[in-house]
Amino acid sequence: MKKTLKLSKTSKGNFATYGMVILAYAILQFLGSNAVREGGLLSPTLRGQLVPICAYVVMALSLNLTVGILGELSLGHAGFMSVGAFSGTIAAIALQNTIPAGGPRLLIAMVIGAAFATVAGILIGIPVLRLNGDYLAIVTLAFGEIIKSLITNLYVGKDANGLHFSFITNNMRLGEGGQMLLNGPMGINGINKISTFTAGFVLILIALFVIFNLVNSRSGRAIMALRDNRIAAESVGIPVTKYKMMAFVTSAALAGSAGALFALGQNSLISTKFDFNTSILVLVFVVLGGLGRMWGSIIAAAALTILPEALRQFSDYRMLVYAIVLILVMLATNNPTLKGFFAKLFRKPEEVETGKGGEGK
Amino acid sequence: MSFLNHLINGMGLGSVYAIIALGYTMVYGIAKMLNFAHGDIIMVGAYVCFFATSTYGLPPLVGVLLAMLVCTVLGVVIERLAYKPLRQAPSLAVLITAIGMSYFLQNAAQLLWTPNPKIFPQFFATTNPDGTQQTAIPLFDGALNLKYTTIVNVAACVIIMLALTWFTGKTKMGKAMRACSENKAAAQLMGIDVNATISLTFAIGSALAAIAGVLYLSSYQTLVPTTGSMPGIKAFTAAVFGGIGSIPGAFLGGILLGVIEILAGAYISTQLANAIVFAVLIVTLLVRPAGLLGKPVAEKV
Repeated sequence: MKKTLKLSKTSKGNFATYGMVILAYAILQFLGSNAVREGGLLSPTLRGQLVPICAYVVMALSLNLTVGILGELSLGHAGFMSVGAFSGTIAAIALQNTIPAGGPRLLIAMVIGAAFATVAGILIGIPVLRLNGDYLAIVTLAFGEIIKSLITNLYVGKDANGLHFSFITNNMRLGEGGQMLLNGPMGINGINKISTFTAGFVLILIALFVIFNLVNSRSGRAIMALRDNRIAAESVGIPVTKYKMMAFVTSAALAGSAGALFALGQNSLISTKFDFNTSILVLVFVVLGGLGRMWGSIIAAAALTILPEALRQFSDYRMLVYAIVLILVMLATNNPTLKGFFAKLFRKPEEVETGKGGEGK
Repeated sequence: MSFLNHLINGMGLGSVYAIIALGYTMVYGIAKMLNFAHGDIIMVGAYVCFFATSTYGLPPLVGVLLAMLVCTVLGVVIERLAYKPLRQAPSLAVLITAIGMSYFLQNAAQLLWTPNPKIFPQFFATTNPDGTQQTAIPLFDGALNLKYTTIVNVAACVIIMLALTWFTGKTKMGKAMRACSENKAAAQLMGIDVNATISLTFAIGSALAAIAGVLYLSSYQTLVPTTGSMPGIKAFTAAVFGGIGSIPGAFLGGILLGVIEILAGAYISTQLANAIVFAVLIVTLLVRPAGLLGKPVAEKV
């Protein structure tokens, strides 16, 4: 009996991560509940931040799959978030009358967001994954910018005949009772907020479940073998493109559902929200949290989304402080003296905190 | 004739991208890092020049020199404080530090100089007898407008490219630079001061960024603390397009990028100009994975 209960080290770590998320959810739910709300333990700003935090946590988890597990630097991850956000929101608005209940509609929106992001991931992955290192990084950046430009010029309307699309110029004639859903550069307005903290929490658990199961499978080991030494992995017969695509597309799909979750927690949505800076923001979460470490990504994404809010009392200086904190953390975590000190402190073989870079070797 | 006009304007814009890309490519070649703060050094240079000429009434040339001086010092200080301690660190850590530096410069600029846009003065203009300002030379009865800024941009870019080619090819410091970019440890054994060489590279790159900042703002006059980020990304693209680490590549990539951007805006769609630029980059990299003039690196097995 005892033998079957003995878990491997990886499973223990994974269960600890699940536990941490569930505990955090329980605590926040309790703090946000009506009984405690009067005490003001959870400020209204923080409560409003809960859904974006969940979305960014999923974004960080999914990017960690690309950067930490697959080992390829992606600078255009916000592009997938954008695809998911817009397709999911349009679906949610279009289905408003058919499915009035928020929960199922959010679920459909997230599935549609993930589906569209999967398609985008496949289309982008085919050319991108042929490249290596910094060239791959710049192409993902380019795709992020292209997605932003395309969505900025996309118009979507709805009338009795169904959905109408037009590109660059808005030349559609909507029938009786027609409604513009996506208005080019003006984006989507008047979104009815259906995202909830619980939905975000469930999405985080799903993302963790997908990533942990992928990483600890045969495919996951193949993906990590590609990261550690592509040539060696290829020479023992691991199909490079297949496994790279698997990780990249999974990552894109998760980012798409995160995008839908994020968008449906906002009043309005414009395509420039998901620009290069958002991609970088998520990358910062991943690197600060530790490459390949999912619990690190969760903590970093949550902490760094709250940090600018927490620094609000410094008002004008908050982003400056944020930048300085970022630089100092990077300098401190890579300082050989400090590293040696921590290694001694924890009596563990020294591990490289940020892992290997995106340059391939 | 309008095609020729667009082509010339594209070369003018492309020259500015090329100057920024030269700085990017040199820093990449030697430090093997993507210096995301490079675009923001452009912005700092433009602000310095703006205040020198508008507030203190200094002549434009002094303004440019002052901007170069400030940016050079800034570039070297940034390298010493933020990048040098990370020489042995993984490249992603350096990348994030560079991003932090970029945020820092943008927010510092916002605090120092407020986010309100400043209108950059028009340097390259002559005053007509009737008092109006002339910014272009009309050729062929006005069918072709040759802007002064375009002439200055292209001239500056060609001079800088030639000077850099000469510098890296013929001078002792330049050779040291190439040696460091080839193999730092071996260069050190040959008696080259690697740290000083890297500092010098950052100094040159930052001075070029200052020039590019002034030239860019002479064409697009609105100056805000985030002015540098888009030309920074474009120049980065240009450097990769031409083959990162290669000086003629950065030049070619910059010019081509500017021409494609202007032509795409003129003939296809203004809104999609950026998307087309990036699409061309992707197609190029698929055909030539190391950029136009980049040397493909043989893989060690």
